[in-house]
Amino acid sequence: MNEYMERQVQLKWYEPKKTYDVIIIGGGGHGLSTAYHLATRHNITNVAVLERKYIGGGNSGRNTTVIRANYGIPEAVRFYQRSVDLYKRLEEETGRWLMHLEKGILWIAHSEAAVRQERARAEVNRAFGAKTDFVTPEEIKKIVPQIDLSGGGVWPIMGASYHHDGATARHDRVNWALAEGANKRGVHIHQRTEVLDLIKEGDRVIGVQTNHGPMYADIVMSAVGGHVSRVAKMAGLRLPIRTHTLQAYVTNHYQQKLHPIVASTSLLFYVSQTARGEMLLGAQIDPQPSYNYRAGHDLIKGCSHRAMTMLPFLRDLRILRQWTGVCDMSPDYSPIMGKTPIPGFLITTGWGTWGFKAIPVGGEQMAALIATSETPELIAPFALDRFARDRTMADRGSAGTH
Amino acid sequence: MSIKIPCPHCGERPIHEFAYGEVPEVPDEITDIDERDLDRAFMFKNTEGVQLEAWYHIYGCRRWVYVYRDTVRDVIVPKPV
Ligand SMILES: Cc1cc2nc3c(=O)[nH]c(=O)nc-3n(C[C@H](O)[C@H](O)[C@H](O)COP(=O)(O)OP(=O)(O)OC[C@H]3O[C@@H](n4cnc5c(N)ncnc54)[C@H](O)[C@@H]3O)c2cc1C
Ligand SMILES: [Zn+2]
Repeated sequence: MNEYMERQVQLKWYEPKKTYDVIIIGGGGHGLSTAYHLATRHNITNVAVLERKYIGGGNSGRNTTVIRANYGIPEAVRFYQRSVDLYKRLEEETGRWLMHLEKGILWIAHSEAAVRQERARAEVNRAFGAKTDFVTPEEIKKIVPQIDLSGGGVWPIMGASYHHDGATARHDRVNWALAEGANKRGVHIHQRTEVLDLIKEGDRVIGVQTNHGPMYADIVMSAVGGHVSRVAKMAGLRLPIRTHTLQAYVTNHYQQKLHPIVASTSLLFYVSQTARGEMLLGAQIDPQPSYNYRAGHDLIKGCSHRAMTMLPFLRDLRILRQWTGVCDMSPDYSPIMGKTPIPGFLITTGWGTWGFKAIPVGGEQMAALIATSETPELIAPFALDRFARDRTMADRGSAGTH
Repeated sequence: MSIKIPCPHCGERPIHEFAYGEVPEVPDEITDIDERDLDRAFMFKNTEGVQLEAWYHIYGCRRWVYVYRDTVRDVIVPKPV
C-alpha cells in the first residue's frame, strides 16, 4: 500500500459478524465502490467486503489508471461518461487527494480506415455526451510536440481523436478513499478472508463459507476480478469470461513533460507520464488465458519498439519496473453487471483491461440495484443475459487495454 | 522467459511459434439444445489450474498439438491421472 494512504487513512478492523445485509466478495475497486455507494447513497451499512489478500491488491492496484469515456457504442459512452463525471467530484466528496489529473487523451490513427474509425468515435462521443474531437497531424504536433509525425517512417500519423476528458488518478488512493468512506459509515472490511464456497438454500445463495467460518447475507455480490469463474462455479454458473494476463511497466524519469495520454490502437500501446515523471506504458494481453502473475519480456519488447517510433525520446529511457494483472475478459469487450439466474447472487465482472475508469459508476449502479432490487437503466444493456438474448455490446475497438 | 510446447513432429519449440486454440467443452448436464448452443458460443470453463488445450504450430509443421497446461504456473504438465 501507498505510504501516504497508510499514514492518512485509519480503517477500523472489526470482528466478522455472522450475518450482514450485503456481502461483497472482493476488495478491489468495484467491491469497495459498491460498499461506499451503499453506505453514502442508500444508508445501507450492514455490509461486509471480504478480501482474500489485501484491498486493492488485485487489478485495481495494478492498472495504468486511464480514465476516459471515448467508447464506440452509445450505451458505453453514456456509462463511462457518468464515471468520468463522478471521478471529477471524487476528491471533494471523499476529502482525499486522489491525484486526479485531467490530461486529455489522443487516439492516433495510422491508416485511412483508422482515420474513419476515429472520426466516427468523435461523432458518437459528442452525440452521447463525451467531449471528443477529430484532430489533424498539425494539431497533434501542437498537443504533443515530442511526437514524430512520420511514425519513424513506418507508421505515419494521419490524425487522431482527441478526448478532452482523458484523465488519470492514483489507483491505491482511489481504493483506500472508497474503503475509508464506507468503513467510517460502518461497513466491515475483512482482509485475508477468502470465500471458499457459497452457501445455498434451494436455488438461492444465502451466504459464504470463508477461512474464518460461514457468514450469511440477503445479497451476495461477486467482485473478484480475474478469479470470477471460480466464484461463479460455486454458484453453479458458467460465465462468458476468459482470464488473460496484462502487463504494464514504467521507465525512469523523463525531464520534459508529456502532457496528454497518447494511445494507438493499431500499434497496441499507450503511454502517459506519472506524477514522478516516469513514463508509464501498457501493452496488449497475452493471447492465451492465464492466471500467472509473472511478468515477461516478450510483449513489452514489441510494445516499446512500436512506442519509440512515435515518441523517439523513449529510446533514452530505461525500464524500471514491470508487473502483471489477471483480467476478466468478456467476449464483446464490455462489462457484465447485475443479476444472475441465481437468486441472491449478483456479479460485476467483464472489467478486463478497462475497469479502473468505471470504479465510481460501477459501484454507484450496483449499489442502486442492491438497494432497490431494480436494474438501473444505465447498466441494463450490460446484463449477463445479453448473450442469451443475442444483444452483445461489441466494442473491442474501444477497449484498448486501458 | 517463454514456455516451450512439445510438438510431436518438431520437438520442444517456443510458445510463440504456436497459436492458442481452445478445446471447447459443453457440460453434459446442459441438455436443452439452445442452452448448449449458447454455452458453446459464449460460456467458458476458464480453468484456474490444469486444462487440456490445442496449439496450432503455425510457424512450424502446421499441425495441431494437444497439451495440458497449468494456467496458474503457466507450465506444460503431463496428462493428469
Ligand atoms: C496492467 C493493467 C493495466 C490496466 N489499465 C487500465 C487503465 O488504464 N484504465 C482502466 O480503466 N482499467 C485498466 N485496467 C483494468 C482495471 O485494473 C480492472 O478492470 C479493475 O481494477 C477491476 O477492478 P475489480 O474490483 O473488478 O477487480 P480487482 O481489483 O482485481 O479486485 C478483485 C479482488 O477480489 C479478490 N478475490 C478474488 N477471489 C476472492 C475470493 N475467493 N474471496 C475473497 N476475495 C477474492 C482479489 O484478491 C482482488 O483483490 C488495467 C488492468 C491491468 C492488469
Ligand atoms: Zn510442429
